[in-house]
Amino acid sequence: MSEAEKPGSKSLPIGGILVKPGSSIEYKTGDWRAFRPTLDEKKCTGCLICWIYCPDSAIIRKPPIVAINYEFCKGCGICANECPVKAITMVEEGA
Amino acid sequence: MAKVIGLTGDHAIAYAAKQCDVDVVAAYPITPQTIIVERFSDYVANGEVKTEYVCVESEHSAMSACVGASTTGARVFTATSSQGLALMHEILYIASSLRCPIVMAVVNRALSAPINIHCDHSDMMGSRDCGWIQLYSENAQEAYDLTIQAFKIAEDPEILLPVTVNLDGFIISHCMEGVNVISDEEVRKFLPPRKAVYKLDPANPITIGALCFTDYYFEIKFQQEDVMKKVPAKVKEVGEEFGKITGRSYGLIETFGLEDAEVAVMCLGSTAGTARVVADKLRKSGKPVGVIKVRLYRPFPTQEIVEAVKGLKALTVLDRVATSGAPSGPLCSDVKTALYAETEKPLITNVIYGLGGRDISPENLEDIFNDALRTADVGRVDRPIKYVGVRE
Ligand code: SF4
Ligand code: SF4
Repeated sequence: MSEAEKPGSKSLPIGGILVKPGSSIEYKTGDWRAFRPTLDEKKCTGCLICWIYCPDSAIIRKPPIVAINYEFCKGCGICANECPVKAITMVEEGA
Repeated sequence: MAKVIGLTGDHAIAYAAKQCDVDVVAAYPITPQTIIVERFSDYVANGEVKTEYVCVESEHSAMSACVGASTTGARVFTATSSQGLALMHEILYIASSLRCPIVMAVVNRALSAPINIHCDHSDMMGSRDCGWIQLYSENAQEAYDLTIQAFKIAEDPEILLPVTVNLDGFIISHCMEGVNVISDEEVRKFLPPRKAVYKLDPANPITIGALCFTDYYFEIKFQQEDVMKKVPAKVKEVGEEFGKITGRSYGLIETFGLEDAEVAVMCLGSTAGTARVVADKLRKSGKPVGVIKVRLYRPFPTQEIVEAVKGLKALTVLDRVATSGAPSGPLCSDVKTALYAETEKPLITNVIYGLGGRDISPENLEDIFNDALRTADVGRVDRPIKYVGVRE
């Protein structure tokens, strides 16, 4: 969402209260990313270690391997660190 | 039916909180506030109230429990003083930012060190920007009246902000006065049960206190700035409505003798009573003096004060707090800022007095009035800050 599209103080619920449940799905934490995990599909064995470790559930199961949901992946690099076959590399965004 | 009973300021507040049908009290005892929570715990033990009384291990926990309770839609009350308020400091901001309409009595007491249990306003002034509405009472009657009004102001769906009712430690908290109390029925009519706008409810889940970064924090804080603008009118409205039941109407400030005064003294709390007595005496001997008592300190009643000081030649602002290194005490700084854009304004002097419970006598106040008259005469301020009652 661009700055201009975001709601202002008058239309936001008071006190930063989130008035409907399950709205975190709308908060695209992918905006935060400075480094982008990139998957080498040929190397990936589908062991799902990254899927277990990803703190944002941004690794998606796509049998027989995995995929990365960039709308929510905040680029922490845990998946790249944990992957036993080094199938994930962190690449600087915009590089 | 109204009746008069002998109550200390603390007891009067406990009595008011009892009549307000408070759902939750979470508090920790600290002198000179202890009597409030002690009396209230008597009411709980005697079955006179249905309040959930939470005994906590510190003021930090007390305010935290109050915030939690308030978010469920409960009517919440607590009380503290001095170090206790300081320990609550971080949670005070959370209470106001999450728009929890908690009412808290702050029995004003000096901050350590040196350790001291007596009155000054350094506790509340240390937290003056915490986003709470801040009312100051002059005596036990006002402490009682303002406590009942505080819930109505705080819980108004247009407002939803916490309120402190301040009263001077020992001077008001421990002195017994005849206090006019109204019946439980009248209080209930004036203050119906709280209707929460948002509340934690398993049937309708919401999130309170979510992370809020650079993209939304400023907007949420701006909401608080915005709602503060509505508070003065609400405080006035509630004060007038209270007057219809009791005959005691309340505004944002209270003035004495200003119709024809050339100089005035402005202050918070119990000192206003002494100032009025001294001003009355001086007026009888032909001196054109008056008094301005500030009842609503936050939000600052800028407009009322601008109007009130019109025509004054000199104004002395009394601050019962040391603000080491500041250009003047907090009340005086606020007054000067409020008047900055005015073309005609009085000469302003600041007096720091009464720290750690040091008494301010009628003689002190007479000197202060006479000084102000001299300032008006010579047409300039010679000493912008004076310390009254301290040995140099
Ligand atoms: S970089 Fe972090 S957030 Fe993104 S997929 Fe990997 S573990 Fe998840
Ligand atoms: S940890 Fe590595 S190999 Fe295992 S699924 Fe994730 S990317 Fe593939």
